[in-house]
Amino acid sequence: MTKDLVCIVCPVGCRLTIEKDDTAENGYRITGNTCKRGINYAIEEMTHPTRMVPTTVKIEQAFLKRLPVRTDRPIDKKLIFEAMKVINDFTCIAPIKMGDVLIENILGTEVNIIATRSMDKV
Amino acid sequence: MKKYDIVVIGGGPAGLAAAIEAKKEGIDQILVIERDRELGGILQQCIHNGFGLHVFKEELTGPEYAERFINELRSLGIDYVLDTMVLEITEDRTVHCVSSADGYRIIESQAVILAMGCRERTRGAIAIPGYRPAGVFNAGTAQRYMNMEGYMVGKKVVILGSGDIGLIMARRMTLEGAQVMAVAELMPFSGGLTRNIVQCLDDYDIPLLLSHTITKIEGKNRVEAVTVQAVDENLKPIEGTERVYECDTLLLSVGLIPENELSRSAGVAIDNATKGPIVNESMETSVEGIFACGNVVHVHDLVDFVTEESRRAGKAAAKYVKQEMATSMAILETKAQEGIGYIVPQRIRMENVGEQLPLLMRVRNVYHKAELSVKIDGVEVKRLKKAHLAPGEMERIDLPKALIEAHLGKYISVEVVKEA
Repeated sequence: MTKDLVCIVCPVGCRLTIEKDDTAENGYRITGNTCKRGINYAIEEMTHPTRMVPTTVKIEQAFLKRLPVRTDRPIDKKLIFEAMKVINDFTCIAPIKMGDVLIENILGTEVNIIATRSMDKV
Repeated sequence: MKKYDIVVIGGGPAGLAAAIEAKKEGIDQILVIERDRELGGILQQCIHNGFGLHVFKEELTGPEYAERFINELRSLGIDYVLDTMVLEITEDRTVHCVSSADGYRIIESQAVILAMGCRERTRGAIAIPGYRPAGVFNAGTAQRYMNMEGYMVGKKVVILGSGDIGLIMARRMTLEGAQVMAVAELMPFSGGLTRNIVQCLDDYDIPLLLSHTITKIEGKNRVEAVTVQAVDENLKPIEGTERVYECDTLLLSVGLIPENELSRSAGVAIDNATKGPIVNESMETSVEGIFACGNVVHVHDLVDFVTEESRRAGKAAAKYVKQEMATSMAILETKAQEGIGYIVPQRIRMENVGEQLPLLMRVRNVYHKAELSVKIDGVEVKRLKKAHLAPGEMERIDLPKALIEAHLGKYISVEVVKEA
């Protein structure tokens, strides 16, 4: 399997190609990178791509209707939409402090959903 | 009438950093005036991550970045007012403002820091033909509706413009269940950061149509369809390339303009290239005692750079209030030459330059393996190799003071030199 990627480690944006190569030490053949960091990025994208998920949850008794939240660590890319369903079903009540854990261990990933701002009760 | 040492117009990232820095420099009477119902500015609606990598060495969301500064402002005991609109600033640094709570107020200050930020270009600015139905939003406005007010703005979306806000909104709407059909970009390259193209478009298989624009909007009450058309090298639509996308929403991410009505009322000279005040090495405008920083001066791509610039403005305003600023008549100018869109600052008084003079600039085009050549009165004094230059990524050159003084002339210029 071959995959084309744009490296986002730095602003240069090298166009990488990665393919399985059992003869290579790390198991992959990567071309197009201009530095070592591109190799790690490509292998990570090929084997277990993860992303931070910033979004919002419903909040009650606050001056806004939505509270911004994020995953406290990157989550498996394949689970993003499933995680969004859980997050969108959740409602919290003010007051909330930045960093409060709102949903623990989402989808059994050990990743928590945390508040990214404080919101007072009104 | 209360008299302040420094009044800061705007409580976003620029105003917060400038006020905090001035306070740390020993200025006591500081007031931050904010028109919104809370501090933080646009950061409060930028719920995505990617902020703070330079300033805090960690990756934060917009609200987290804002809250750190708001907490610091409060812990330093700096005064601020909310829901207050500044109507006019005069050349003698009198600030006229109005609010429901306090009515009309006139505030005198020794120094003023302009930190009003910028606003989005609208459909009117780019003159898209067609009907005027509901469903055409500026991307930033849609962002506020979705992330703060809790309104979903549409279900089938086309985005015009690949600036960072457009890219971020493409992902945001997709995550919330909308179908983003395409992002059309007039230029042959995106104005957004590469990481946003990868993480916001490629991740969700959203096509980026470079050298395309929207030439028609259909729908009487609500958007029903838009026509996307390829453009030639002169940015003119090419006949026969029309493609109709049925959709209910069009988001526009077609650029930001520094918001300078108040600057103009104070007689501050504006640079045609940046659309912001002409500033000197101390971020002081053409009017003595009026400083400016952040997106009101020139649109930045990273808030971290806004913070850095605003800290310099806050420090300089404090120096001005303490009457420690050198007001030299000998002024160097900066000139953007071949391939460079603009340079900030535009004017330099060497007496106020620290060890390094930071020059911030944007290139006009995408270049691979090019060099930036810095000249003083036409004589090259520095050359920097660049693997990659793009208009979407601001460049910074720090010139050592000793180097400038060794070549002391009338102007410093920067140009792009393409590899032979």
